[in-house]
Amino acid sequence: MNSNNQEEKDLNSILEENDLTESEYKKILETLKREPNDTELGLYSAMWSEHCSYKSSKPVLSIFPTQAEWVLFGPGENAGVIDIGEGLAMVMKIESHNHPSAVEPFHGAATGSGGVVRDILAMGARPVALLGSLRFGRFGDSHVKYLVNEVAEGLAFYGNNIEVPTVGGETYFLDSYQGNPLVNAMCVGLVKKEDIVVAVAEGTDSIVILAGEKTGRDGVGSASFASRELEGKEKEIEHPPIPQGNPFLEKKIIEACLELVNKGLISGMQDLGAAGLISSSCEMASKGNCGIELNLSLVPRKEKNMTPREIMLSETQERMLLVAKKDKQKDIGEIFDKWGIEHTVIGKVTSDGILRLKEKEKIVAQVPAKSLAEDVPIRYYNSRVPAKLKEIQKLSLEDVSQPADFNQALLKILASPNICSKSWVYKDSKKISAKGTEVVLFPGDDAGILKIEGSDRAIAFSADGNSRYCYLNPFVGGEIAVAEAARNLSCKGAVPMAITDNLNFGNPEKEEIFWQLEESVKGISEACEAFGVPVISGNVSLNNESNGEAIYPTPIIGMAGIIEDFDQLCTMSFKNEGDLIVLLGENKEDIGGSEYLKVIHNIEKGLPPQMDLSLEKSVQDACRESIQAGIISSAHDCSDGGLAVTLAECCVTGKKGIKLEMNAEIRNDALLFGETQSRIVVSFPEKNLDTLKAITDKYEVPMQILGKVEGNSLKIGSLVDVEVEQLKKVWESGADNE
Amino acid sequence: MKFGVVQFPGSNCDLDCYYALNDIMQVPVEWIWHKQENLDGFDCIFLPGGFTYGDYLRVGAIARYSPVMTAVIDFAEKGGLVIGICNGFQVLTEAGLLPGTLTRNECLHFICKQQTVRVENIDTPFTGMCKKKQVLQIPIAHGEGCYYADKETINGLEKNNQIILKYCDVNGNISKQANPNGSISNIAGISNKERNVFGLMPHPERCIEDCLGSDAGRLIFESILIYLEKKNILFNHKKTPS
Repeated sequence: MNSNNQEEKDLNSILEENDLTESEYKKILETLKREPNDTELGLYSAMWSEHCSYKSSKPVLSIFPTQAEWVLFGPGENAGVIDIGEGLAMVMKIESHNHPSAVEPFHGAATGSGGVVRDILAMGARPVALLGSLRFGRFGDSHVKYLVNEVAEGLAFYGNNIEVPTVGGETYFLDSYQGNPLVNAMCVGLVKKEDIVVAVAEGTDSIVILAGEKTGRDGVGSASFASRELEGKEKEIEHPPIPQGNPFLEKKIIEACLELVNKGLISGMQDLGAAGLISSSCEMASKGNCGIELNLSLVPRKEKNMTPREIMLSETQERMLLVAKKDKQKDIGEIFDKWGIEHTVIGKVTSDGILRLKEKEKIVAQVPAKSLAEDVPIRYYNSRVPAKLKEIQKLSLEDVSQPADFNQALLKILASPNICSKSWVYKDSKKISAKGTEVVLFPGDDAGILKIEGSDRAIAFSADGNSRYCYLNPFVGGEIAVAEAARNLSCKGAVPMAITDNLNFGNPEKEEIFWQLEESVKGISEACEAFGVPVISGNVSLNNESNGEAIYPTPIIGMAGIIEDFDQLCTMSFKNEGDLIVLLGENKEDIGGSEYLKVIHNIEKGLPPQMDLSLEKSVQDACRESIQAGIISSAHDCSDGGLAVTLAECCVTGKKGIKLEMNAEIRNDALLFGETQSRIVVSFPEKNLDTLKAITDKYEVPMQILGKVEGNSLKIGSLVDVEVEQLKKVWESGADNE
Repeated sequence: MKFGVVQFPGSNCDLDCYYALNDIMQVPVEWIWHKQENLDGFDCIFLPGGFTYGDYLRVGAIARYSPVMTAVIDFAEKGGLVIGICNGFQVLTEAGLLPGTLTRNECLHFICKQQTVRVENIDTPFTGMCKKKQVLQIPIAHGEGCYYADKETINGLEKNNQIILKYCDVNGNISKQANPNGSISNIAGISNKERNVFGLMPHPERCIEDCLGSDAGRLIFESILIYLEKKNILFNHKKTPS
């Protein structure tokens, strides 16, 4: 073998180790005008990984609407921020921790919470609520059971320790997640507008402080791990050690950092998440158009003989990087000392735009900060309509026989793990809290609610995404994810304000997967435009595959809205005997992609329900206006499981029966279990009917009277007659019966 | 009248307690840092819930050695009111201000839910506003809330009416089914013999407003206020003759 070949082979293996392409390597050579050393290659490998750079999704994401009058900070910051009036701002962000949770579910989920909480903290805000969006494989499978339990315990463990309540979320079980579960955590924070902090380094008289846990080898290379497919052998092969969370330390960091913010002692702050110190430092320098010089000898470590590369890439949890003027050093130190948090000045801000790393006096790496953080080589992928799309969309209604007994069908669907009460997942999470600036209500309704203390107003949140719809039609699935999140808020009387999105997909190098990503993003964007709700932050998690099979495309939409008057808050439970029950919207023959088809017929095919965005908006506007007018006793939207499930949930939560007469020209199974969108069931005293009619007329929304709240059973014509007590039993214990 | 809320590293219901006292009850309240050694001027000290010092080793075991606890023990011995909620209760047992101990829930899981408790003794500074055998809905949120003590201690608690709250069903029945964590005799809260130290696992500070689903917790706060007001009137009355 001649030496030229040898070199080539070496280069190839080096590139493979660092997950860089040849053209990306060339770009590094051009930037540095020399060959990078091992440390520098590590920096580029981490910063240019999909996880940190979004290099494959960036061109797609650019179509998201991100602007609105009330947006203070959109995508690009640690978290999005909107102005919610009265001098306050709300901060929100969603993050995935899918791969760590697949391998080490308890700590994967716990550190997922911890990470997104620090994103909120980094904006200077107090984290006040968490939501979890979880996807697992086959319900009943023993490994899935283990994953669910561990993930739920991990989320609860972290959230309870730092006292941030879980106010909502969703959990689904589908075969497609068997080898690759999804754990998405969303966090919301509140901050006084003048206290907002951004992740920027500025001023050459500024110092860089590392605070929190000592740095170890945990998670070194995680950013690239997260950007790879799982091969089902993670337990046998070597993967980076999954970091473990220390919520006790996190709680102290929250209090200390908020005290620093409150006293105006820092000029920039960022948490150490994916790609640890390198990511936080180069992003802060890049944003501030300056450089940062770090002396790695000063970084406190918990392991011996760590290389510069390991120190920079470590993903040890519970660490923050702060930039402050030199003269504030003493005051900052006193606050960290008070809370018992280790803090070290590890470097300074420079004016030359270079990220310079030293070990004592020796320079071990120096690269332009912007080249790491901003000049990421974009990877353009081709997309292609999946070959089997036509086939999976094909569903002939004649082949679907109607159930002989609709009572049994309803009970079976109610007991399905995707429909039944999720309190068994969230039972361990903190639910109830009153805390200085805010008040939190229970999860389990359409949306979680947080009252702003000292104000009449409240914030409502929801997280939604139906991956089966996205699998069958990613564009419509994207639209519906946004529409349903907004509908959940509208059912509380809230006005949707902002979105944080988490795009969980397979390997984007596969053309069919990239097509799913493109289509979903297009659908989400259209719906955002229609509702006037901007995307203010988000996350992309690609390569969610195991054994070469991708998960169903799973965009999760986290949405926040404002309720102007907390006293008008509306819930889903039926309240008064004799109240009229009215459907806003129309029943259509949509059974494609429904939970009914899956549970009763074991079919995952067909076209998902159509989405008419303008009708959807009108239905939501009419519902919200009725709530604000104070004429409605309850409101609950129709989604998974269809109208019958919606009605059952209103009955069970309200402990009331209903009697309905419905004449529909559609199939009975579609009427009861079809998942037609843009439908909301409301109940109200009969005397308010005219007022409601005036409102539905104004928005040109179809409405029909279904019946009345009456008795102890759910009765729908001659189709369904089940006691509410039995519905409740099945709905609440559904998940135990498997 | 002055209240104090102790802040340990890892306390996390401290803000809730402060909010309940300051905003809802509107009484003077001050933070007490865990290193503070002097509690002069306070009438009632709250030990809030949380995970003091990370609860490493054993719940409440490290907090017991903090400087403020020496002061709290001294304060309690002089008759000052001390209330420990959740982790605060655990700290009080570790500090020897209350008998027995709190162990891992019988189900071995963290539990967070609305719970009903029955007031067993209304002749205390903390329950004076409650009715006899009144059922209160107060949320619980704990992993180590299973109260344990030896038979002799339990007999002593019962004899002296030191059991203040018991877990019950919505109708006030004390049963095994109504016991969320396996506590002996369904014990949810106890006091010392002198009645000035009270520890309980449920969180009264989390149910002080209707919008939180219950305002039953107010009764505990109001009881303390009324007790202190009466005591102060008596005290001032005695002082005035000069």
